[in-house]
This record gives sequence, C-alpha cells and structure tokens, in this order.
Amino acid sequence: MILNQFLILGAFLFSLGMYGVLVRRNAVLVLLSVELMLAAVNINLVAFDAYLRDAIAGGQIFALFVITVAAAEVGIGLAIVLLIFRNRQSANVDEMDLMKL
Amino acid sequence: MGDWLSEVANWWFAAVALAMGYAAYRVVTSANVVHAVLALVATLGGSAVLFLLLGAEFVVWTVVLVYIGAVIVLFLFGIMITRAPLGYEAELDHPPKTKALAAIVAGAMFLLIGWTLVDAFGTEEVTASVTTVGDIGLQLFGRFVLPFEVVSLVLLAALIGGIVLARQDPVDIEDQR
Amino acid sequence: MTNFFSTLSILAAAEGDKVVEFSDGGTLAEFAWLIPVVPLLAAFAIVFWGKKLPQKGWELAVGAMGFVGLYGTVLFLSNFSQGITYEGSVNIAQLGDMAVEWGWMVDGLSIMMYFVVGVVGTLVFVYARSYMDGDIRFTWFFASFSLFAGGMLVLVSAANFIQLIVGWELVGVASYLLIGHYWESHENSSAAIKAFLVNKVADVGLFIGAIMMSVSVGSFRFTDILHAVEEHDGTLSQVAFWAGLAVFIGAMGKSAQFPFHVWLPDAMAGPTPVSALMHAATMVTAGVYLVGRLFPFYLTEGFAEEVRVVIIIVGALTLFLTGLIALVQNDIKKVLAYSTLSQLGYMMAAMGAGAYTAGLFHLFTHAFFKALLFLGAGSVIHAVHSNNMSDMGGLRKYMPWTYRTFVVASMALAGLPIFAGFFSKDEILASLNYASSNFSASVGGGSVATVVLVMAIAGAFITAFYMTRTVALTFFGEYKGHGEPHESPKLMYVPLIILGAFSVAAGWINIPGITSWFTDAVGARFQIVADHHATSFDVPMLVLGLAAALGGIALGWRIWMPDRETQSARDTFRINGLYPLLENKYFIDDFYMGAIVRPLRGPVARSVDWFNGHVLDLVVNGAGFMAAATGKLVYGFDQRGLDGAINASAGGAGKMGGLLRLTQTGRIQQYVVGMFIGAIVIVAGFVFFGQ
Repeated sequence: MILNQFLILGAFLFSLGMYGVLVRRNAVLVLLSVELMLAAVNINLVAFDAYLRDAIAGGQIFALFVITVAAAEVGIGLAIVLLIFRNRQSANVDEMDLMKL
Repeated sequence: MGDWLSEVANWWFAAVALAMGYAAYRVVTSANVVHAVLALVATLGGSAVLFLLLGAEFVVWTVVLVYIGAVIVLFLFGIMITRAPLGYEAELDHPPKTKALAAIVAGAMFLLIGWTLVDAFGTEEVTASVTTVGDIGLQLFGRFVLPFEVVSLVLLAALIGGIVLARQDPVDIEDQR
Repeated sequence: MTNFFSTLSILAAAEGDKVVEFSDGGTLAEFAWLIPVVPLLAAFAIVFWGKKLPQKGWELAVGAMGFVGLYGTVLFLSNFSQGITYEGSVNIAQLGDMAVEWGWMVDGLSIMMYFVVGVVGTLVFVYARSYMDGDIRFTWFFASFSLFAGGMLVLVSAANFIQLIVGWELVGVASYLLIGHYWESHENSSAAIKAFLVNKVADVGLFIGAIMMSVSVGSFRFTDILHAVEEHDGTLSQVAFWAGLAVFIGAMGKSAQFPFHVWLPDAMAGPTPVSALMHAATMVTAGVYLVGRLFPFYLTEGFAEEVRVVIIIVGALTLFLTGLIALVQNDIKKVLAYSTLSQLGYMMAAMGAGAYTAGLFHLFTHAFFKALLFLGAGSVIHAVHSNNMSDMGGLRKYMPWTYRTFVVASMALAGLPIFAGFFSKDEILASLNYASSNFSASVGGGSVATVVLVMAIAGAFITAFYMTRTVALTFFGEYKGHGEPHESPKLMYVPLIILGAFSVAAGWINIPGITSWFTDAVGARFQIVADHHATSFDVPMLVLGLAAALGGIALGWRIWMPDRETQSARDTFRINGLYPLLENKYFIDDFYMGAIVRPLRGPVARSVDWFNGHVLDLVVNGAGFMAAATGKLVYGFDQRGLDGAINASAGGAGKMGGLLRLTQTGRIQQYVVGMFIGAIVIVAGFVFFGQ
C-alpha cells in the first residue's frame, strides 16, 4: 500500500463534500455533505498515523476527536435546522437570508 | 504497478475506494434525501474498512458505532422532523449555474491537493501496524487527557445547546393550550 | 462469555475468613444460585406466557416464591444444626486485574434473608391472588412482583459489589413499576418517580463507595474486602472513612433513613401486597443488610469506625422523628409506613452501636409482624374500600380473623412479652445500653449512644401509642364507613394466621439465657468484638422498655378508645404545638420541593426565558441599533460630504458601496464559495510560492 492512495481518496471525498455543501439547498443535506468532508479528513489522519508509525497514536486519537466533534456538530446543526424549520416551515438554506441588511 | 497489484490489501482498497467514491457521489447528487443518507452510510462503512486495513481497530469501531449508529439515526430524525421531501425532488439542488461554479471550485481544490500530495509523497509505502484499544486508551488517558476532557465539555455544551435550541418556547406551549 | 464455561470455578469461602468452625453446606449450598434465578425466570415466563395460563401467571409466581421459601427454610434449619459458610462464584468477565463474577453467598446473614424473603414472599403472593383479583394488569403485576423478589434475592446472594448493584437496581426498577401500578392517577405515578429518584440520588453514594473499596482492594468480592480489613490493609484504610460513608448513604436511600425517608410513605400508592413485601422483607431491609454484609469494615479500628457514629445518629433520628409522624396520620397504610421507618431506625441504630446480632434479629422479627400488619390493613381496605381510619371503626365484629391477627402483630410491634418484637427490641435496648459504656471512646460514641438509648426508649413508647391508636380507630367503636364490611376470603386470612404464628414465635429462637440459635447461626459470622449478645436479660432495660410499651398502650387506650369520654383528651392532643409540624411531616417534603425541585424547574426555566428575552434580545437589538447608528453616521457623513461639495468622491464612495452591497446577499452558500476560493488561493500560494 502506498500512502497516496489513501490521501488522494481522501482529497476526492473532501472535494465531493465541498461540492455538496455548495449545491445543496436543503439544510439537512448540507450537513450531510459536511459529514462527508469530515470523514475524508479522518482517512487522512489515520493514514498519516500509520505512515509515521506514530508512537503516541496521535492521528487515530485526533480522528476520534473529529468523530466526537462531528457528533456534537450534527446535534447542534440539526437543532438549528429544526428551529428554522419551525419558524419558517422550510429547511432551504437559500431562504435563510435575514443576515442581509 | 505490478508490485502494487500483487498485494492483497490493495485489491481490497481498490474495491472499497471505488464503492466509496460512487457512494460519496450519490451523497451529493442524489435527488432523494433518504438515498443520500444511506449513501453516506456506505461511504462511512467504506472508511471503516480502510481504517481496518491501516490497523486502527478502535477507530473502526468508533466509526461504526458513533457515526453509522448514532449520527445517521440523528439525520433520519432530522429528515422526518423537518419533513424534507422523502421522494425524488428536483428542488433539492441549486440551479445549474451555481452547480457549475461549485464544480469548478471543488475541482480546483481536488487538483490542488492532489498535485501537492503527488509532489510531496510520490509512492511512499505505508504498512499497517495494529494499534490495540489498550494503546489508544493509555494515550487517551495519559498524554491526551486534557483535550479529552475539553471534548467532553464540547459534547456537554452541544447537548445543552441542542436542548435549548430545539425545545419549544414556553410561550408557544402556553398559546397552544 | 467465552470463558464462562472454561473458568467455571466454584470456590469455597476464602481461607482465614473462618472464625468459627463452619461446614460448607454441601450440595445444598452449591445449588443455592437457584434461589435468585428461579423468581427472575418466573418473572420472564409470566411476561411471555402468563396470560395463557389458567391462573394468569400467578401460579408461576407463587411456585417460584414457594421454591425459594422451601429452599430458604431448609437452609435456615440446617444452618442451626451446622453453621454454613459457602461462597460460590462463576467468572463472567475480566476488567483489567479485577474479575467480574456472579457469586452466591450462603452464610448466616444471607440464609436468614433467603428464609425471610422466601417465607414472607410466598405468603404475600398467596394473599395477593385474591387481593388483586380482577385487576386489569393482574399478570403484569405478578411479573413485576416476581422481578421485585428476584432482584432482592440477587442482592442478598451477591458475593461482590457488581452483583449487589445489579440486584440493588433491579429492586429499584421493580419498585418503580409496582408503586406506579395504578399509574392512571397522577399521584401514584409521581410517587413512583419520587421513590425512584430519591433512591437514585442515594445510589450515587453506593457507587462511589463501592468503587473506592473495590479499587483499593483490587477485587469486587466482599470476602476479599473483609479479608483486607482483617489484615489492616493500608490502602483500604486510607479511603475507609469516605468509602464507608458513601456506601452508608446508599444504604440510607434504600432503607429510607432520615433524610431520604420521604419516598417510603408515598410508596403506599402501590397495591397493599407490594407495601407488605417492600416493608417487610425486600427493598427497605437492603440497606441494613448491606451494612451487615460489610460489618467488620465498620467495626474495625482504623477503618470506617467513625462512620458508625453517623449511622447511630441517623438511625436514632429516623426512629424518633418518623415515629412521631405516625401519631397523626389518618391513612392506615401511612401509619404503618411511618412505623416501618421508625423500626428501620432501630435496626440502623443497633448496627451503629455495633450490635450486629440485635439489628439483624430485629430485621428478622420485624419482617413477620410488619408483613402481617400490612396484609391486615389490606384486608381492611379491601372490605371498607378506603384507606382512611375515619371511615373504619368497629371492624372487630365484622372481620374477626383480621382483627385477631392485627392485634397480635400490633402487640409484637409494641414489644409486649412473649411476642417476637419484645425480644428483638429488648436486645437492641440492651446493646445500646452496653454501647453507651463500651463504644470506642476515640470517636465519642459513648455519650451519643446514651442519647440514642433515651430516644429508643421514647420510641418504644411512641410505637405502642400509635399502634393502640390504630387498633382503636380501626376495630373498636362504631363502623363509620359505607356498606356492610365482611371478612376477606380464606386465601387472604390464612396467610394472616400463619404470619401471626411467626409474629409470636419468631422471637423465641433468641431468648437471652435460654436459646441462642439466632446468635449462633447468624450473628457469629464474624468474630465481633463489640457485638454484645446478652446471655441474660439486661433487667433495667427490660423494665424500662416494657414500661414504655405499657405506658404507650395505656395512654393510647385512654385517648383513642371510643366508648369513652375522651374528646377533650383528643383535643389536647391536637392542640399540642407539635401537631401541625407532624402533620406536615416536618415540612421536609416541602423543603425538597421548595429548595430543590422548584428552583430546578421554575427559576431555571424562567432564567433561561429571561436570558432569551433580555440578554439575547439586548444583543440583537443592540446590534441592530449599532447598525442603524452607523448607517446614520455614514449618511450624515455623506450629507456633509455633499454639503462640502466634494461630489465626485462622494459619488465614488456611493458606487463602491453599491457594488459591495451586491456581495452581501445573505445567502450562506455564496459566502461559503468565497471562503473556499479564498482557501484555495491561500493554499496554492503556500504550495507554489512558499518555500
């Protein structure tokens, strides 16, 4: 196994996630794409951990932290989506434009 | 390339990577919300197999349990509660002009990262070495104990934040009575 | 589970634990693991197949309990002839260096509990058959009832902390189900929740204490922990005080000791058989049992010896304060509930004074007469369809068997000679008296024990007084309720008679100077220095205790017996300044509501609301105001700019603003695109130019 096969797969998934974040209108799907990006990052972290033969397993532990933070992010994100949905009967991100003055 | 193909693990990798790539593509393009979520499950499952190839056992189980188990269920809840269209829905995506811009940006990112990686690592070998749960535990509660605690605080904050955000306003509940 | 069969190891009790010559009990003890397993299996079987059986699952429940009762009786009797000490265990899993095991203790303490739970349980189950007849959740009731008894037996048979906690929680869950059996009424379901939550708060103490003890010893097993005590293990003695206190807090919760006692009276919301079993054999005795199980830990110098002062004080407060509350209750079941609290206080006080035998002996006798009192009350309630003693009266004529057995139990509780309660209460008084001069002086226990002794004698007076009141209001005078009450069916009053026989005779197995079976079989498990088992009666205590009991009965008779001109005496009793305090249960419930529940529910909600309404709004409004002010400032600047006739530059600024405004669409994804492009540019800059 060469290192780059993992890294490039990670890069590919990351870019796909990025595409998804940009094109999706439904907020739930945007969050889904963010998860995809985070999964790609995890592949990178674990691949580097194996490549560097890290004695303190830093890559794996950071992958675990990413998973944890992602779980928190999904929880908060979905709560926000739920709140918006309750107020506006829609979960489309392009209708959330109140930040415009 | 011949060497590469002679390794069994690489065949596994190729199969999984192809499946993951396709599944990830479905995540961002599917016109059906539930299909997109299930495609994400497949992608994450594939990443679990990759972790197994790299010998990161604990991460494998965490991905399976936390991601595929919990986060996906959360997503399905989110879909049901927000009544996101369950069937095929053309309105899920932005118009083609936006899509083209997004594809350009994402493609540029991929090319940039890809070029950098090939330039930096070329064909460096990586070999799997199994990291046991015990090793992870020792590190997590030794060197990484402080970040570990901080992450637990993040989770607590997220828990409280989730409740505060998602609960109905007391005034609304009064009104409904 | 892989090592379940391979490491199936049956171990005799740890060597060095043997103080007196004991037999290992042979096959009888080896198969004692069946005792907790059978009721648990019965509970599951009832859930799945109960409704299809002719008796709707009752036969399974009573069969399982009958088995336990029989097994317990055989063990109990053979324990008299040859003391049994046996510990079996099966390895389930390995946690680091510590083994998680399923074990079963067969020694004096647990054999006594098997006997009590089995015999009382069987009688209560038989009784419940006709008490619960026609209940819509009849099958479910017996399933959870079996779970309740099974959980208690798991707890009692536990040979290690893990298993004890499993049983502890099973009992908690089953009690929640049973107290809330009539959950349609809001009051009942909140009583169930209250019981569960109060117990849970105390359970935290048990967990902390169990972890402290087990980790410092390196084993979850009680025998290993007690062995460490025997060897004066340094690691354990360092944490001993806090660990002992924490475990005792757990015991306080289950045994409803002051100030955790609030759940028990409310637990009356459950069906009466549940109360009978809960107050007699299962659940509330668990705390006393736990203290007994770890007794050397609390007794040995250098360990949790100081905690015993806490135990004796808590016990004394409980026995005295709750006894007083029982004086003013109108609900017959509540009187009995407070009386249970008071008796549990006696047991704990005895344990704290170092009188292991006396505390457990009172647990033993109390189980029979308290079960009898509750079943008798249930029989009355069944006939009168009311819990209030103001709706009863004169039932002596209508329900002869209930009346006779209830009076027997009352006399046993009040501590009249011959009856069971007399011997056990006398032994507690005697050991408190002994402790007042022999309690280790280093912790100041002696003077405490003297005060406790006075409270205990006063408690004996109060007990006799309120039991006389209950009997007088229920069975004497004129019937004040509706309809024609009649004696309960045979299936209900036969258990009463059997329990009545036990209430009389249970005390005879430990008469100072005459019999000492109980002491030999149950008490002698540890070589206990401070355990003072009187070989002869402590005459002053005997006289004082008896005088208190008789005085209480005489006063109660004078005030409460109808047919007498006692209205003025009752009024005096009512006007007494204590009355409102007692009626409101010392305002402890109100205190909990006011100090804990409401602040957590109301003000927290309100403060969040306030935070929403004020702080967040302030921030948002403030931001809006700032934006508006900035706009005005810019506008004013523009105006002045125009006024200043610098038209060209102002026009340019306006156009720039207009252009920039186009980018502020408010759409997140457009911002994200910008962010990604920015990221790409920066990374590319680093990669290509950043050498």
